[in-house]
Amino acid sequence: MTATEIAAAGSVDDLTPTLQVEHLEVTHRVRGDDRRALRDVSFQIGRRESYGLVGESGSGKSTVALALTRYLPRNGRVTDGRISINGQDPLAMDAHALRELRARTVSMVYQEPGKALNPSIRIGRQVAEVYEVAGLDGSVAQDKAEAMLRTVQISDPGRVMGLYPHQISGGMAQRVVIAMALAAEPSLLILDEPTTALDATVEAEVLDLVAALRADFATSVLFISHNLAVIAKMCDRVGVLYAGELLEEGPAQQVFEEPRHPYTVGLLRCIPRRGQRKDAGRLDTIPGFLPSPGHTLPGCVFAPRCPIAEERCREAPPPAFPVGPARSSRCYLHDETSNLPRNTPVEVDLGSSRDATEPVVSLRDVSKTFTHGGESVRALVGVNLSLERGETLGLVGESGSGKTTLARALLGLIAPDDGSVVELDGTALAGEARRRPREQLKALQIVFQNPDSALNRRHTVRRLISRPLQKLAGLSGARLRERLSDLVRSVRLEERHLSLRPSQLSGGLKQRVAIARAFGGGPRIVVCDEPTSALDVSVQAAILNLLADLQSKEQVTYLFISHDLGVVRYLSDRIAVLYLGRVMELGPAETVFAAPHHPYTEALLSAVPSIDGQRADRIRLHGEIPSAANPPSGCVFHTRCPRRLSSGICETTEPPLAEVAPGHLMSCHIPIDQLTILQRTEQDGD
Amino acid sequence: MTDVAAEPTTQVAVASARGEMPPWRLLLRRPTFIVGAAILLFWVVCAIFGHLIAPQDPFAQQLLATNKAPSGAHWFGTDQIGRDVFSRVLVGARSILVIAFFATVLGTVAGTALGLAMGYLGGTFDIVGGRIVEAVLALPLIVVAFVFVAALGPSPPTIIVVIGLVFTPLIARTVRSAVLVERQQDYLASARLLGENRSYIMFVEVLPNVLPVVLVEFTVRLGYAIFTIAGLSFLGFGVQPPTPDWGADISANYGVLPAGYWWMTLFPALAIASLVIAINLVTDSIEQVIAS
Repeated sequence: MTATEIAAAGSVDDLTPTLQVEHLEVTHRVRGDDRRALRDVSFQIGRRESYGLVGESGSGKSTVALALTRYLPRNGRVTDGRISINGQDPLAMDAHALRELRARTVSMVYQEPGKALNPSIRIGRQVAEVYEVAGLDGSVAQDKAEAMLRTVQISDPGRVMGLYPHQISGGMAQRVVIAMALAAEPSLLILDEPTTALDATVEAEVLDLVAALRADFATSVLFISHNLAVIAKMCDRVGVLYAGELLEEGPAQQVFEEPRHPYTVGLLRCIPRRGQRKDAGRLDTIPGFLPSPGHTLPGCVFAPRCPIAEERCREAPPPAFPVGPARSSRCYLHDETSNLPRNTPVEVDLGSSRDATEPVVSLRDVSKTFTHGGESVRALVGVNLSLERGETLGLVGESGSGKTTLARALLGLIAPDDGSVVELDGTALAGEARRRPREQLKALQIVFQNPDSALNRRHTVRRLISRPLQKLAGLSGARLRERLSDLVRSVRLEERHLSLRPSQLSGGLKQRVAIARAFGGGPRIVVCDEPTSALDVSVQAAILNLLADLQSKEQVTYLFISHDLGVVRYLSDRIAVLYLGRVMELGPAETVFAAPHHPYTEALLSAVPSIDGQRADRIRLHGEIPSAANPPSGCVFHTRCPRRLSSGICETTEPPLAEVAPGHLMSCHIPIDQLTILQRTEQDGD
Repeated sequence: MTDVAAEPTTQVAVASARGEMPPWRLLLRRPTFIVGAAILLFWVVCAIFGHLIAPQDPFAQQLLATNKAPSGAHWFGTDQIGRDVFSRVLVGARSILVIAFFATVLGTVAGTALGLAMGYLGGTFDIVGGRIVEAVLALPLIVVAFVFVAALGPSPPTIIVVIGLVFTPLIARTVRSAVLVERQQDYLASARLLGENRSYIMFVEVLPNVLPVVLVEFTVRLGYAIFTIAGLSFLGFGVQPPTPDWGADISANYGVLPAGYWWMTLFPALAIASLVIAINLVTDSIEQVIAS
């Protein structure tokens, strides 16, 4: 550090904001064109403050983070504005000062912990390196590293230090990355979607950890996420970014409770909240698309999608109006946001609801064992389920719980073990789709999570949607064309999309194509495997509405897999909770969501952050999901169960899946009345 | 299914920012591609029209003008029996390009089919195929070609078949690994759920997605084929004299290099080099465009 920098660092006091960004503008040069990625972005983060930047993909969230540390790609540069970190300007720094800044003042944690760690260096070495850079000796650095790993709640740091990154789980890897980020005791910690790649239970633990460490280390935090609930949980203040502009800013709670920009209002309405369900009304949507990068809209960037936009909104960009203490909104009409008109009518006609119980598909004793290097891994163990006509069965559980395996076994994409029975209308189905006749293939279809993988990128939309009409519905000629245009209209695509290829469509449109394909043959059951997880919130709402509408029209049954419990609750009639390939709880959606529930369900529910204020922290799951190759004895959940009985029965005997109330099944040794008492105090009725 | 409740139609506007340039336009923006393609085009024109544009008869022996150094009358000089080297180089493009092209096409078609089958069907087929590929990989191309051509007699069809068959497993191996990547994709599961049969999935679903790999493999192999054919000709197992041929002409004339008659060897050699370099430039450009 040079003398001037020491002087500068020395002058930092509690009154100087850790980060100050003023009128930041970033431009990317793409094929000779300058595309503005950020326009007039100003915000500041005070000492020990946690600031959230929320926005959909393409809003420029990550560009802000990259600009702060001057990690912009080669074609990107800051074209206007000022950045100040602890009073220093990173934009004016030479290479040495910049290195010092990145080493000591600012740390970053990214989405993929696996990519942040060097796969060929042991964990201990990588963490110790941070201390060695700071000038400590080898052995001192090792000790410090071990202490730091303990601080991030890694229970056996000595052992973990000797491991390579591929030997630890994603959650543990993210803890290691956080440990490395905090090791330098930075003034500013930038977290860019740090938990997006993690399971809800692991996410909850990591978020708790970050919150605790923030207090201990007196670090300011810039938290970037697309997930409003995570931001609501983690941040004091929040900025809503859209198309490179900060549209609204203010204390997180106020912004989420009483948004003052139409975009924020729209975003919040897109999310199923407070136990909202499909029969209670459609989700609102935000029509249209994010303006393309490099757009030259003269007025407000949100005007083309705004339901209340006026002439002036399209003519000149609105300035940041102060709308309260420490709050601002870039909207001329910030006073009218509380009664913003809906874009999508709320009323729903779910038809004659569902007919009485009429099982379409039953699974009996369905098991699936994979063999991995001589070890047999039981991905599914004796699952019994039935799906009724026109209902949605939600399937929840952490990754590795067997959700996708169950769906694939039902579809015939993998053959279940011998002795497993999958019945369609009382007829046993062949294990592999290849051996099933057309009528059976027609009955079972799927919408995958990632439309980029699910749609053949070399085929046109016309071909993608026509193929099931030919193969499964047996149509051709004029009848095919007629059905095709019906189908296209019902998923709200347009004729002109038919000649395009998937790469020319946005994520939401691609998913509509995938839905059209699944419905082409007139299916009875559609598996929805995380159909909205790869989509932005505003697009997710439109897809969920579409799925609900199609279901009520066609009386289709859904097997709906999602890690987003709000979404599952919105769409599902019944819910099955899976853990290590076993059904832990099964029952009507509202029953499963309300206590008493299985301790595992309880843990899943407490892990999910909510936008609507803080839920009382109930129980946390610690440790990793055990290996399916070597499942725990007795109740497979006992190793992580916070309500394990002291009698020892949980360790020795597997509880049966018993009916605790009509239609409500649970696999737990704790009597239902006792669960009610244990969980009653924590019930918050949302 | 009827139209369910109308939603604002703006919902479904094409993401306009994705206006992508067609790949061939990206290729034309690369100078390396332009240079490579121009040289390649030149030799292709020679292969087709060489006998028409050659200034002199490549077969005509001018016994009064043997071993003439390059001059205005003979740009590349004359050889030991007084034939015009420039005309022979132009016309000589035909045999090597025709044989290399058909050999590579044969190898690419067969290799792609084999690679698709190994990658998609997997199992025993893949294991057996994999062993054969490894066995072929262990053999030097020119030696294998030499043995077969020596046994079957040096005719262009024989050379095409031999080189094509040697290329087949090499191309199959590359295509196979591309297919393995595609096999992870969900669109194949979707196709299975539509009841598509295996050959439809392999050739209609998977093949279009591995075509870029096939194209690169084709151009790489074309370069190798040119070397191999020139080598065979040089050894006397290629195109037979007096047909103009670069490899055969080098072979016929390199003996007089020490006497200072460099032009009759150098120019056919430069022709081979320029053709191979041109193909490599084109290959590199295609690879870079595909990668970007």
